[in-house]
Amino acid sequence: MSNDLHSSPRFQPPPERRDFLGLAAIWSAVVGLGVAALGAVRLPMPSVFPESNSRVKLGPVSRFKEVETTPVPEHRLWVYASDEGLYAISAVCTHLGCIVSKEEGKGFFCPCHGSRFDIDGKVVAGPAPKPLLHLLLSVSPDGQLVVDKQKEVGGDVRLQV
Amino acid sequence: MATETQPPESESDQTPPDGNNSLRRYFRNIVDAPRDFGRSMIRHGRPTSDRARSQAIFTNLFLHIMPTRIHKYSLRIRATLGLGVITLVLFFLLTATGIPLMIYYKPSVEQAYDSMKEIQYVVPTGRFVRNVHRWAAHAMVACVMLHMARAFYTAAYKGARKFNWVIGMALFVMTLALSFTGYLLPWDQLAFWAVTIGSEIAQSPREVTDALGITSWCDVGGFQKQLILGANHVGQEALTRFYLLHVMVLPLATVALLAVHFWRIRKDGGLTRPDIEDRTTASAIGSPETRPARTYGLMAVVPGRTSAVNLNLTNTIPTWPNALYAIAALTMLTLAVTLACGYFFDAPLTEQANPTVPENPAKAPWYFLGLQELVSYSAFAGGVAIPAIVVIGLMLVPYLDRDPEDVGVWFAGKKGKKVTLLTAILATVTVIGMLVFTVNNGWLRNWYPDVPQIVITFVNPGTVLLVVFALWSLCVTKWTNSTRLGAIAVFTCFLVAFVILTYFATVHRGPNWDFYWSQADWPHH
Repeated sequence: MSNDLHSSPRFQPPPERRDFLGLAAIWSAVVGLGVAALGAVRLPMPSVFPESNSRVKLGPVSRFKEVETTPVPEHRLWVYASDEGLYAISAVCTHLGCIVSKEEGKGFFCPCHGSRFDIDGKVVAGPAPKPLLHLLLSVSPDGQLVVDKQKEVGGDVRLQV
Repeated sequence: MATETQPPESESDQTPPDGNNSLRRYFRNIVDAPRDFGRSMIRHGRPTSDRARSQAIFTNLFLHIMPTRIHKYSLRIRATLGLGVITLVLFFLLTATGIPLMIYYKPSVEQAYDSMKEIQYVVPTGRFVRNVHRWAAHAMVACVMLHMARAFYTAAYKGARKFNWVIGMALFVMTLALSFTGYLLPWDQLAFWAVTIGSEIAQSPREVTDALGITSWCDVGGFQKQLILGANHVGQEALTRFYLLHVMVLPLATVALLAVHFWRIRKDGGLTRPDIEDRTTASAIGSPETRPARTYGLMAVVPGRTSAVNLNLTNTIPTWPNALYAIAALTMLTLAVTLACGYFFDAPLTEQANPTVPENPAKAPWYFLGLQELVSYSAFAGGVAIPAIVVIGLMLVPYLDRDPEDVGVWFAGKKGKKVTLLTAILATVTVIGMLVFTVNNGWLRNWYPDVPQIVITFVNPGTVLLVVFALWSLCVTKWTNSTRLGAIAVFTCFLVAFVILTYFATVHRGPNWDFYWSQADWPHH
């Protein structure tokens, strides 16, 4: 029976013990160094990001209700007041993070790569892949308008106040 | 002969002629000390014959990267245009100017810009050293590209030289990475916005993952950006990382790659030269097949034609003085031009970085402007996909084009010159046509505002050009029945596209990335 096995063309003789030990040594070294290298690559990826709170108070709600458009350059956004309520549009271009500028009645323009957005932030031309972000607004207990710069909401969401 | 000038090693051990007067001997040693020091440093003294000079090249640590004799052809200007040596000189110059700049530069968000001002206006020679550093960096990028074009058009990537071409590509990427990381350090407006855009490009694979709806668990883009910046915005963490990369990691990696690059030139058969340059003497010694393998030193028996050591003795000349003088001349020329630029032209330093207002237009350095034009069609296609395809494609060239003929011949001869010229004309027309069309008519987003982004990512002026170039190259390969000519076609296409896009973005793009005939037409604010 075993003779048949040995004469079949598929049969390969088992490796010598010496070869096996040598290969095992080499591969264990490779695996060990590989895991160590992965660990070294893990280090530069921070687990905590050095950032201030994404929720910031912008000021008393009443101030924003009175004016149709309030620019908030230090937080890179505009606050709009409409009949349905308040909403905020981010000034950060969705293409490559430049700050768009606003032209009254026309919409927004990005200086870096020429993206254009209409007054609601929808892309009309250029490379931007997404509309400008509408940000989540809320009111704090002391009557201040609060924006969360990392929470995106739908374009038709309004804060009723 | 070297041995004649060599003093006997045991001189100091012999009993001096003036007996036991150790004090006198001591004073004589003081007088003789400088010459003795010189002899201990360079044992063979001043080499006075060709043989002694060859030996000096062979035994000196710094000179022994060169062969003792060099083929006449390799010293002609048309063999290399001297570009490799010029690039190396620029790299040394960048190291020599970069280290003094580190004395005053402070890699902190609060102090970086002020320390730049200090270097510019207070530090003695600071402005000059910084200017030289900046202009040498620009020149090095240009020379690396030209050197690559030279190596390509003389087919210096074939046969044994395959792998060294790949090393060269790695050095090209290193050079660009060094330039990009150095760009952030001044912490001015230009720096801040260029790196903001660069890191967002690293994040742009989100264009694809968003379309597939897998960003939430497979966010390649976000991972890349956070790894580069160490944060979600360009700040102190990014500056620390870029500084570390610029002054430490990338220079060390570059030096290691350079060492391999030079070592491989020797091991792969020396500088490329046409076969015809060897034929005059080859017949006397025998055909490559019948010639015995030669032994190098003690270790290696190196097979193949290129390494038959004594084959070309009549066509070679001593490295010292011929090649050394050529290298010295190139060094002095490079230094003269760069230092003069540094003396007469100031490196730009714009206002301090302001995260709330970008410059308008915010332009990248010239070597990335072609990419910026492509990025203005699609971030992922122009900033990640096309550059990756081009770099990987270039690395693969030697493995796809293996025809052994025409090594060392510019443009592969007459037929190749025709292909190069025809391709250059066609590519020029295609690229300019595409730019004119895009400027006049916009692209998909202007025609169909609701078109999904993924369509634009894959179909935009950049990717269309890429496909046209690839098809043209395949056609040339088929028509001419030569992979070498196909490679020449595609390389010429990319070279032409690079030049035209760079020119276009430099001159004709203005505020809001709109088209202008010249900067004089820009609107005033």
